[in-house]
Amino acid sequence: MDELLREYLPVLIFLAIAIGISVAMLLASGILATQKPDSEKLSAYECGFEAFDDARSRFDVRFYLVAILFIIFDLEVAFLFPWAISLGKIGLFGFWSMVIFLGILTIGFVYEWRKGALEWE
Amino acid sequence: MAEFWDQYAFPTIEIVFYIVLIVAPLLGGVAYLTLAERKVIGWMQLRKGPNVVGPFGLLQPLADGMKLFFKETIIPASSNRGMFFAAPMVTFVLSLIAWAVIPFDAGLVLSNLNVGILYIFAISSLGVYGIIMAGWSSNSKYAFLGALRSAAQMVSYEVSMGFVIITVLLFVGSLNLSAIVEAQSGGFWNWHFFGILFPMFIIFFVSTLAETNRAPFDLPEAEAELVSGYNVEYSAMTFAMFFLGEYANMILMCAMTSILFLGGWMAPIDVAPFTWIPGPIWFALKIAFCLFVFLWVRATFPRYRYDQLMRLGWKVFLPISLLWVVVVAGWLFAMDKVPGA
Repeated sequence: MDELLREYLPVLIFLAIAIGISVAMLLASGILATQKPDSEKLSAYECGFEAFDDARSRFDVRFYLVAILFIIFDLEVAFLFPWAISLGKIGLFGFWSMVIFLGILTIGFVYEWRKGALEWE
Repeated sequence: MAEFWDQYAFPTIEIVFYIVLIVAPLLGGVAYLTLAERKVIGWMQLRKGPNVVGPFGLLQPLADGMKLFFKETIIPASSNRGMFFAAPMVTFVLSLIAWAVIPFDAGLVLSNLNVGILYIFAISSLGVYGIIMAGWSSNSKYAFLGALRSAAQMVSYEVSMGFVIITVLLFVGSLNLSAIVEAQSGGFWNWHFFGILFPMFIIFFVSTLAETNRAPFDLPEAEAELVSGYNVEYSAMTFAMFFLGEYANMILMCAMTSILFLGGWMAPIDVAPFTWIPGPIWFALKIAFCLFVFLWVRATFPRYRYDQLMRLGWKVFLPISLLWVVVVAGWLFAMDKVPGA
């Protein structure tokens, strides 16, 4: 087997086994345990009374904002990974380039902080 | 035909054997972690904890497992069935496959990926999907709110975890997990835990608490307001799989803490009586210690409010860890310690 396959094949087999275990557990329990559903049992839980409406209603926009901020900073982390492991080769030039890049991002971070995007009162 | 056996079949059988060697102790560890949690918190509150099923309650995890196995699997009438079943499977499968790249000793690793830490990072990021899918497909208000909170919390702390990993990588110069451990050889004073990375160790540990939705950041399952958060509609094995997945993730996060900061399989002092103990035992001891701290924290601290949680993640950990990336890189240049220079 070639190098790539030897490294990644175990991951694939592991994935298949993990899926197998989870399916087997669900199926075995579903078959062996007593199933006696009724309409009350299957209604959505809402503190004793029947559910008023569909649960997929509007939610706070701040969750959405957190997701957007996450994408920006996670991309930043993705840029930092190759920089971090090749720092010895790219030397001080690479270091200062990244400092400038992080500086620009910090300006954006300060801006959103001052705008109150990080507030959860 | 002979080539087929030598080239593909035997290696595959060997790999399956190793996977069983990883998964079986892992699931056993998860089972006994649940018992340890109840016992440790019991002792900390001057109770006895479970002590009826078997000697010292040692068979309690088995009894819990059997009970969950023989319960009825409820599928809420208004749920999306496919997604409803996929969610616990995603959580469970992801918590298992991350272990494919964890090194247990020098050379003792199932898949020695040269991008091991990226793999772990990717798998633990995907963990959010299981929770979002559970909250959405249940079509229950509590589950939905719990999933939203949980997802926002996990992504918030993932960012600072990323920066912390970067600071460690600056010292190592490789994405391979074995290389990260080997960079800390020689004795406990070489572990990343000591020195300039110590604040990062604290941030990483607290972030793993938030990432695994553990106390004091267990808002997604705040039982007083959301009853149980995203898994409120789950029962029987579907619930058990969330439970197993969460605890396996806790062990994984402790393993990552050990690998990144506590020297992985390395003995604390590189002399005779310590080096006699094999690496996997040291690794397990370090994981067990981290897990004990997880439980200790749960027994000690009250739950955070949601605004406090977000403030800590975005306004404290993120700026500090971002600053520390630059500080560590600058320090490495100043001390002429950049790896590979």
